[in-house]
Amino acid sequence: VDFADSPEEQAFRLRLRDWLEGHNPGLPPSSTSDEYWAGQAAWHRTLYEAGFFGLSWPTEAGGHGRPSVYEVILDEELTAAGAPPRPSVGYLVQGLLRHGSPEVQRRFLPGLVSGRERWCQGFSEPDAGSDLAALRTRAERQGDEYVITGHKVWTSYSDAADWCLVLARTDPEVPKHRGISAFVVPMDQPGIEQRPLPMINGITREFGEVLFDEARVDAANMVGQPGEGWRLAMTVVSHEREPGELGYVARYGKLANELVRLVGEQPHLVGAEQRRDLAWALIEVEMLRCHVSRRLSERLDGIAHGPEGSVDKLLMTWTEQSVGHAALGIGGVAPPEGEDALLKAYLYSRAQSVMGGTSQIQRNLVATRILELPTA
Amino acid sequence: VDVRLSEEQTALRDSAAAVVDSLGPRTVADLEDAGRTAQLDRAATESGWRELRAPTEDGGPLASAVEVAVVAEELGRGLADTAFVGPTLAAELRRLGGAPACEGYETVVLSADLSELARAPGGVVAAGSVVPDAAGARRALVLLPSADGDVVAALTLSGVGPGVDLTRSLGSWQGTGQVTTVPGVAGALGPDDRTRVHALGLALSSADLVGTMRGAITLATGYARDRRQYGAPIGSFQAVQHLLADAFVEMEGSHSITLHAAWAVDALAPAEALRAASAAKAYCARAARSVCETAIQVHGGIGNTWECLAHVFLRRALVSGQLLGGVGENLDRVMAAHGVVAGPRGGAGGLR
Repeated sequence: VDFADSPEEQAFRLRLRDWLEGHNPGLPPSSTSDEYWAGQAAWHRTLYEAGFFGLSWPTEAGGHGRPSVYEVILDEELTAAGAPPRPSVGYLVQGLLRHGSPEVQRRFLPGLVSGRERWCQGFSEPDAGSDLAALRTRAERQGDEYVITGHKVWTSYSDAADWCLVLARTDPEVPKHRGISAFVVPMDQPGIEQRPLPMINGITREFGEVLFDEARVDAANMVGQPGEGWRLAMTVVSHEREPGELGYVARYGKLANELVRLVGEQPHLVGAEQRRDLAWALIEVEMLRCHVSRRLSERLDGIAHGPEGSVDKLLMTWTEQSVGHAALGIGGVAPPEGEDALLKAYLYSRAQSVMGGTSQIQRNLVATRILELPTA
Repeated sequence: VDVRLSEEQTALRDSAAAVVDSLGPRTVADLEDAGRTAQLDRAATESGWRELRAPTEDGGPLASAVEVAVVAEELGRGLADTAFVGPTLAAELRRLGGAPACEGYETVVLSADLSELARAPGGVVAAGSVVPDAAGARRALVLLPSADGDVVAALTLSGVGPGVDLTRSLGSWQGTGQVTTVPGVAGALGPDDRTRVHALGLALSSADLVGTMRGAITLATGYARDRRQYGAPIGSFQAVQHLLADAFVEMEGSHSITLHAAWAVDALAPAEALRAASAAKAYCARAARSVCETAIQVHGGIGNTWECLAHVFLRRALVSGQLLGGVGENLDRVMAAHGVVAGPRGGAGGLR
């Protein structure tokens, strides 16, 4: 057990720290404004071009092939610098690495990892939320193409995406989990309309819905084999539940540090209740950082795609919502115009127990797949 | 950065698990089995677990706090009714204070609320001070303030009180005996030493809590698989599943933060080690009470009877939760470490 850096890790950390001093774009807290989302895309490219993104992914994918634990170092240094978190595309990368053909990987991974091409994820539908396998979007083969028709919702970053990883039913005759295939669909085409969905904290540049009306995709853009879509979806969502893949330790750490700074500036304005909430938020962030170190250390022998992601998702959710409550207490419910980032961070935190699979679904998975309790 | 257990640490865990699984209590009635407890005690002595913090030739401990935490977790998981916390802290005091070992094992004296190591200014230990693992201990160490620092001194124990924990004894010091100097003491503890001992105690009690949670979850999960109502195992009902899932996740988070705290005891500067340990302890103490209460709830009526082990887990968790400080003291320490001081105004509101 060693949480300390090796000499190589230490050298990397110092180089990163040095670089961050001159390159922190100083964005507002994550997901609290449209300005944040506009800036995050540029941050992705800046971070990548400096050699600090995709640290543990294979070099063929545009990554650096470093040991998994370098991601912890990145998160820690981003937190300390108050820089934006690393871009959360790891779950897509893991999905393509595990299920994509060499051709699909060669074509799509470098653009995804570098941030040159933007992606969104077309999984959920109006009638297929937690019961994702009930999805009705269909893809029909026509020559060298598939033609896609359907309706996707909760599609983050659909407004800016070049590509959408779409789950669609290619075989309606087989049981629901087996008739689904996955495609990388170009967003810029007449058959696709995307509409923003304003979130409860007012941001409009994150959430969206996408309508497919005979949209077209090259058959070569299928990820995996026909009918392999469900397995790909499970790989993607399992990694979407991992704070080590998402880089959210830096998101929460940055906000918690900001709260400490605010309270330090005006200690006489903050009561016992808010200080206690802040202490819990700091402890939860510390727990999550340690937990991610543990999970990424386990990965040093290779990646497992097991049910542990549900444990991580719940810990991550509790952390975000604990930081959210501290932000609410300290920021208050009547902030002046334009100074409402803390209130918006709180409101946004309510989404974490829903996105990527609700907390109730995660508990079902922990109970049945890890604790091996019987299913009803 | 590689926070996996080493091969040696894994072997230590497995051997502790084997002892606990064969000699620990499996039922509440087992707690009264003197033959079994004597065997467990002997195995614990032979294993050398209580001496992990004794000095090597260069003055460092025989093993790091991670090894201590690995053993503590297994002892907690199996409700091991043998002394460990007291002797481990005593070994640390002996090592840092340059005191020789005595025959048999020693323990320490804590303040009446268990939240810190007792000090004896002028040779007086406050009445009501508490002695963990008092049963069977030869003597209990206290800190005697002097011009050079805190000198390790000893209390000879008399009575042992029962306490809420059925697996470990808590003695209550009535203030009637004398503090005696330990022959051969060759040093004193400075503030940094005291800080590090405190961090060790917090990491150690956190690890015990992680194990206690793990044991309680195993017990309750097994019951939920077997117990049937409405023609189905109660573990198939989501309401029960979600209680146990939450408990498991709280335990996993506790495990991760405790691993860091245990590493920090020896690897970081004393103040940083104490901050890390305080964060872990606050997290684990809150989690453990909730997890053990869940274990009782899942057992339903039987969980509220003396014969069910669920309350033995809760009782152990309540005491471990307070050892070297509970939720409140540790939250305050975390705040202070971040430079956030108490303000005069209470209640809700916010900066604006």
